[in-house]
Amino acid sequence: MEPILQARNLIKHFGRVTALDGADFDLLPGEILAVIGDNGAGKSVMIKTLTGAVQLESGEIKMNGKPIAFNSPIDSRSEGIETVYQTLALSPALSIADNMFMGRELRYPGIRGRIFRQLDKPTMEKFAREKLSELGLLTIQNIRQAVETLSGGQRQGIAVARAAAFGSKVIILDEPTAALGVKEGRRVLDLLQDVKARGISIVLISHNMPHVFEISDRIHIHRLGKRLTVINPKDYTMSDAVAFMTGAALPPELESNHPP
Amino acid sequence: MSNETPQEVNLEASLSAAPSEVAEFAEQDGGVIRKFQHILHQNPALVPLIVLIFSISLFGALLGSKFFSPFALTLILQQVQIVAILGAAQSLVILTAGIDLSVGAIMVLSSVVMGQFTFRYGIPVELAIVSGLICGTGCGFVNGWLVAVMRLPPFIVTLGMWQIILATTFIYSANESIRAQDIEEQAVLLHFFGTKLPLGGVNFTFGALFAVLLAFGLAYALRTTAWGRHVFAVGDDPEAAELSGVNVKKTLISVYMLAGLICAFAGWAVIGRIGAVSPNVGQLGNIESITAVVIGGISLFGGRGSIAGMLFGALIVGVFSLGLRLLGADAQWTYLLIGLLIIFAVAVDQWIRKVSV
Ligand SMILES: Nc1ncnc2c1ncn2[C@@H]1O[C@H](COP(=O)(O)OP(=O)(O)OP(=O)(O)O)[C@@H](O)[C@H]1O
Ligand SMILES: [Mg+2]
Repeated sequence: MEPILQARNLIKHFGRVTALDGADFDLLPGEILAVIGDNGAGKSVMIKTLTGAVQLESGEIKMNGKPIAFNSPIDSRSEGIETVYQTLALSPALSIADNMFMGRELRYPGIRGRIFRQLDKPTMEKFAREKLSELGLLTIQNIRQAVETLSGGQRQGIAVARAAAFGSKVIILDEPTAALGVKEGRRVLDLLQDVKARGISIVLISHNMPHVFEISDRIHIHRLGKRLTVINPKDYTMSDAVAFMTGAALPPELESNHPP
Repeated sequence: MSNETPQEVNLEASLSAAPSEVAEFAEQDGGVIRKFQHILHQNPALVPLIVLIFSISLFGALLGSKFFSPFALTLILQQVQIVAILGAAQSLVILTAGIDLSVGAIMVLSSVVMGQFTFRYGIPVELAIVSGLICGTGCGFVNGWLVAVMRLPPFIVTLGMWQIILATTFIYSANESIRAQDIEEQAVLLHFFGTKLPLGGVNFTFGALFAVLLAFGLAYALRTTAWGRHVFAVGDDPEAAELSGVNVKKTLISVYMLAGLICAFAGWAVIGRIGAVSPNVGQLGNIESITAVVIGGISLFGGRGSIAGMLFGALIVGVFSLGLRLLGADAQWTYLLIGLLIIFAVAVDQWIRKVSV
């Protein structure tokens, strides 16, 4: 099967820090790919290069087999890739609805929208409310509430809802459940299954091994700025995966090539 | 690190038993002060409005009909209009967490261009005015490009541009003014914003009217258009704005260009105000506009505040300076009180921000 998103030999430095050291990446159509790795392994930087938020030094990215060069997150969004960044990328002083529709605001039809550029706030607010109640993880009284007045978990919920609502081909989530409660984390996993059922590919970065093993089709293990290996969660235990990712053990296919 | 946690499974199993409706809790009652803080958080123009009403009542009580006379109100409007127009430009820039020290300089250069193009080159006055407006927008573009694309700090960029534009103005105009009579005879359109609009004894000028309409227009654009939301987002957290799909560079450049254009309009208005075209006006334009913006409750950290607040801020300054003058106080008292107001306003801003913590 041809990957929907593929990257080869990604290189990125920040000053003297090597963030990506020849990383590869493959996302197959309709799958949930988990990405795991130690803190600082380069997971976030890798997905940022895929979405155009960080510019590569070298390396190649293809979408559906065609080479792509995203100059900004706007480019990847217009190709149907939605991302929940680790920092969430929300504007604190703006409302929930404003944040959900940032960069793709709806205007009223007719002169109000075309000439007076007036935003259709009622429709946007209604849509935002629907998406949030689908996620069921918000105790929101007021959709016009500024995001900064929400709890950390609620903010995360908004970022996830935004990505799930607008992603049409690929959804990338960088630790989307880190701040969520047990119940809310479960809702996000359910939501991801729904999204997958719509035929959308998902990349899930997470440190939560039970979640990763439960939901993913394949697990990309990232170590020291590159992809160490990809495993099938049915073939390995969580301790195996943690051993690979921390360097305590080598996956069998590498062991034969590079004896310790 | 042990990951096979059976507890996790059990924990989640009990979820099905949990009530499925979303938890709702009533707005917790944090006392009057906290509620007040919340209201201010949502309506940042409220503080300057209260201060404005308070200062009008104070001077009204002290001065009586002298203060509420058409003469006094006319004078306030006359004085405030230019600051309010520059303040509108300044507000936009400060909302993006920037600052524009060149507003006054752009205003003067634009007015000199309008005058000199008409009188030195004999260009039709309409075209000269358009050239002045383009000149202001161009200066704004340079500011915006240096800030957005070259990523230089706005303070430094506009500090430099202030000097450059001011020097250009003096060199270009050879430090010469164009007399009011000449304008009146040959290019009366330059006086357009000085046209009086008597309204119950108070002389509104088109300039004052323009300042108010401009404020309304910008308030509308900031609140109800996508561009306005982007201006706030960029000022709030440029990185988040970029990641969530805002073209940060384009937004920043558009803001500085619009600010430049507004300053050029201020340049046109200032000709109406003083009658002549002079390279020596508006030297304090940047400080006065920043003062209006800060007293108006717009946060210097960006992303917070409203144009209405700036308008109130400008009016507060106008009311104070006239009120104290009518009381016969030393002009230094005005500056002293304005200084106190600035510090008060910034302290209130900090306090309001704490609402989110
Ligand atoms: N903007 C930046 N400037 C400088 N260094 C950076 C920047 N972003 C990332 N790095 C560095 O790149 C390396 C990889 O960081 P990255 O954020 O990708 O880690 P990660 O795998 O996502 O870790 P975590 O699990 O903690 O989120 C780190 O050493 C980090 O210090
Ligand atoms: Mg990360």
